[in-house]
Amino acid sequence: MRYWVKKIFLLLITLFAVSLLVFLAFQIIPGDPATRMLGTSATPERLEALREELGLNRPVLVRYGDWLWNFLHGDAGTSYTYSTPVSALLRDKIPVTLTLSAITFLLVLVISFPLGLLLAQREDTLLDRILTPVNQVIMSIPPFFTGILFCYVFGIMLKLFAPGNYVSFQADPLGHFIYLFFAALAIALPKSAMTIKMLRGSIAAEMEQDYIRTAYARGNTRYGALRRHALRNAIVPIITFLAMTLADIIAGSIVVEQVFSIPGLGRLLLSSISGRDYPVVQAIVVFIAFLVVATNFIADIINQRIDPRLRLS
Amino acid sequence: MKHFRNALAILLTATLLAVALCACTGDKPPASASPDGSPETSNSEPTPGGEVTVGIAQDLEDSLDPHNMEAAGTREVLFNVFEGLVKPTSDGTLIPAVASDYSIENDGATFVFTLRDNVLFHNGTAVTVGDVVYSLERCMGKDRSEPLVSAFAAVKSVEATDDKTVVVNLNSPSPEFLADLTVAIIPQDYDSANPVGTGPFRFASHTPLESVVLEKFDGYWGTPAYLDKVTFQIIGNADTIAMSLESGALDICPHITTTQSAGLSDNFYVMEGTMNLVQAVYLNNAVAPLDQLEVRQALSHAIDRDAIMLVTGDGRGTAIGSSMYPAFQKYFMPELSDYYDYNPEKAKQMLTEAGYPDGFDLTITVPDYSQHIDTAQVVAEQFKAIGVNVAIQQVDMNTWLEDVYNNRNYETTIIGFDAKTLTARAMLERFSSSASTDNINISNFSNAEYDETLAAAMRATDDETQIALYKRCEEILTEQAANLYIQDLCDLVAMRSNLGGYTYYPLYAIDMSKVYYTG
Repeated sequence: MRYWVKKIFLLLITLFAVSLLVFLAFQIIPGDPATRMLGTSATPERLEALREELGLNRPVLVRYGDWLWNFLHGDAGTSYTYSTPVSALLRDKIPVTLTLSAITFLLVLVISFPLGLLLAQREDTLLDRILTPVNQVIMSIPPFFTGILFCYVFGIMLKLFAPGNYVSFQADPLGHFIYLFFAALAIALPKSAMTIKMLRGSIAAEMEQDYIRTAYARGNTRYGALRRHALRNAIVPIITFLAMTLADIIAGSIVVEQVFSIPGLGRLLLSSISGRDYPVVQAIVVFIAFLVVATNFIADIINQRIDPRLRLS
Repeated sequence: MKHFRNALAILLTATLLAVALCACTGDKPPASASPDGSPETSNSEPTPGGEVTVGIAQDLEDSLDPHNMEAAGTREVLFNVFEGLVKPTSDGTLIPAVASDYSIENDGATFVFTLRDNVLFHNGTAVTVGDVVYSLERCMGKDRSEPLVSAFAAVKSVEATDDKTVVVNLNSPSPEFLADLTVAIIPQDYDSANPVGTGPFRFASHTPLESVVLEKFDGYWGTPAYLDKVTFQIIGNADTIAMSLESGALDICPHITTTQSAGLSDNFYVMEGTMNLVQAVYLNNAVAPLDQLEVRQALSHAIDRDAIMLVTGDGRGTAIGSSMYPAFQKYFMPELSDYYDYNPEKAKQMLTEAGYPDGFDLTITVPDYSQHIDTAQVVAEQFKAIGVNVAIQQVDMNTWLEDVYNNRNYETTIIGFDAKTLTARAMLERFSSSASTDNINISNFSNAEYDETLAAAMRATDDETQIALYKRCEEILTEQAANLYIQDLCDLVAMRSNLGGYTYYPLYAIDMSKVYYTG
């Protein structure tokens, strides 16, 4: 019980710190919603009047306190750019990014587990010596680059989807998934390669342990020793790694959403930062921070199920 | 933030590289871009109906309030939805729109408008004098401390004399003010969540970061649009524009680069016009050594416009020598671009005479637009040749607005200024020293003769005198080397080959009412 209270307390502290930092960061970078709205027809009087109207003239901490109070009461504020409630803006964008992240994560699992196990099993064979360097190369290709390539190859040449012509779920569910699939694949490739490397390394380390020698002595084959004994121990760091990967995927989607013109959280975040649309940025950052903390939390729980030793601490 | 921007810069470079690679591997011939665009197909008969998707670089901003639109990208889209008492044509003249007739009285201090019969708002109600008075008084900022549209500070009163006539009284004569009466006429119960105007298209929907949809308005008073529906699709990534066109996601894309246009297939043709802006190296005339006339003139001799245009538009673009772009035919002075010949030797000598034999260090602060960044790089090389060491500082647009524009904490910057209305004033009043108190004189330029000439030009009631005075203003800017004027950038528009009718305007507008499908 105490453990849970501590965890949730930490989660709240993290979210609070993140939101405060983002709020303060906006005080340091030049420009505010008023300068953006008035553009090159700004005069000191008009700027002053607009700042007064928007409430931007109040001290930073007062504005932060105000934001926090409203946020805790379920009101994320109103976007300066679109004059619509932030919650309504996010409601459209969150499912897109979550779907994209979910597809990516599934792809990472589907690609990396079979290949990682295969490579671990065939350690130091010809297959391992060929695939490991290939894996290393894939790991280093940035998703936006594969994104552009996929647009060209699968979009223009093979005509499997129309790059730039985002299909919403409401318009065509299948087309939506196909469109997101290629974006997801672009993010998933380097992440899968890293997971494969981790998995292979982690299993290889476990296979050196004494208990594996014992397992062999009890008549296990290499496959049996790996599946029944090494894997369970090797998987704990992998799960922690995957939780981090999930957070990485959400961050990676910010860039890939730009490449594929996917109107998700990432594009909204970028355009809101350049438009100095604080309430939108605050809400998105807090949401992403929540996801990151929550996935790590879930990873902890899964690890405790797998490894009883972790339950004590 | 810094990391973020660096990451973005890397991303952009790499994607450009990737697109270049794609362009190389494609064995398609370049699009048939005749200098004026129009291929044979555009001669065929327009067919009414159909839908098109137009690519736009940025989302609409400013909450769809037509009186509060500052972004050029928002104005050019909503040109289709809103109209004023008068509106500009493609050759730059003002024709009656919501008004059917007007007269200018009292030397230009009074404007009398007769409302056109049967002009309908998109919600079906007829435009009344009440709506016109409401719209104009809203621009004046009747219930605010500041005018919503700054030019409307000149308005004394707006009144309806009968149910067909509206009279606009100015504080002092200014016949030019007619151009400001292109501001949108909106209904009295206007709600910006549901924009309603009188234009050939009505606003259907706006999905942030996705698209803006306009539909043909059947009750339009004038020549109806050909197309039934226009979707403005917001492009997340400029490097995928060519792909979006080829894949069929877009039919028309304005403001593309020469690189993008060169990679297009035969399914498209490219039209060429100008952007209607004055691109220049704007100088902060208040900081040393740019406060010395000889230094500014030396820098003017160091600029090679042709080399810049070769980079920004493959040689396309129009050289300009003062704060006026060619579409302002009445005022534009092409000869001013030859006032300072490209002569690095002379420039160096002038710098020596001004007391800088070894040159000096200079910072160019440039907002993140590729054409301005490219220009900055060429200018840096050209300045280096005369001993001036340039550091290029790249900033995002909001930083630019705050630091450079509002606080004028900069040495030099590269940007393009456009005119919101078709008045010479819109391009020239920025440099009067009285305007500097209004914070729009980005150059901190201060010249007594300029102030007097400009004031006289704005007062002038006959066209000829006014043109002569405005031209004198342009000359002063050139003689004083207030800024290093470069060019009006070329504006390339990619069109699917079965589309025609795209029309260039002398200000930011994408007029979709004239676009049609051919047979």
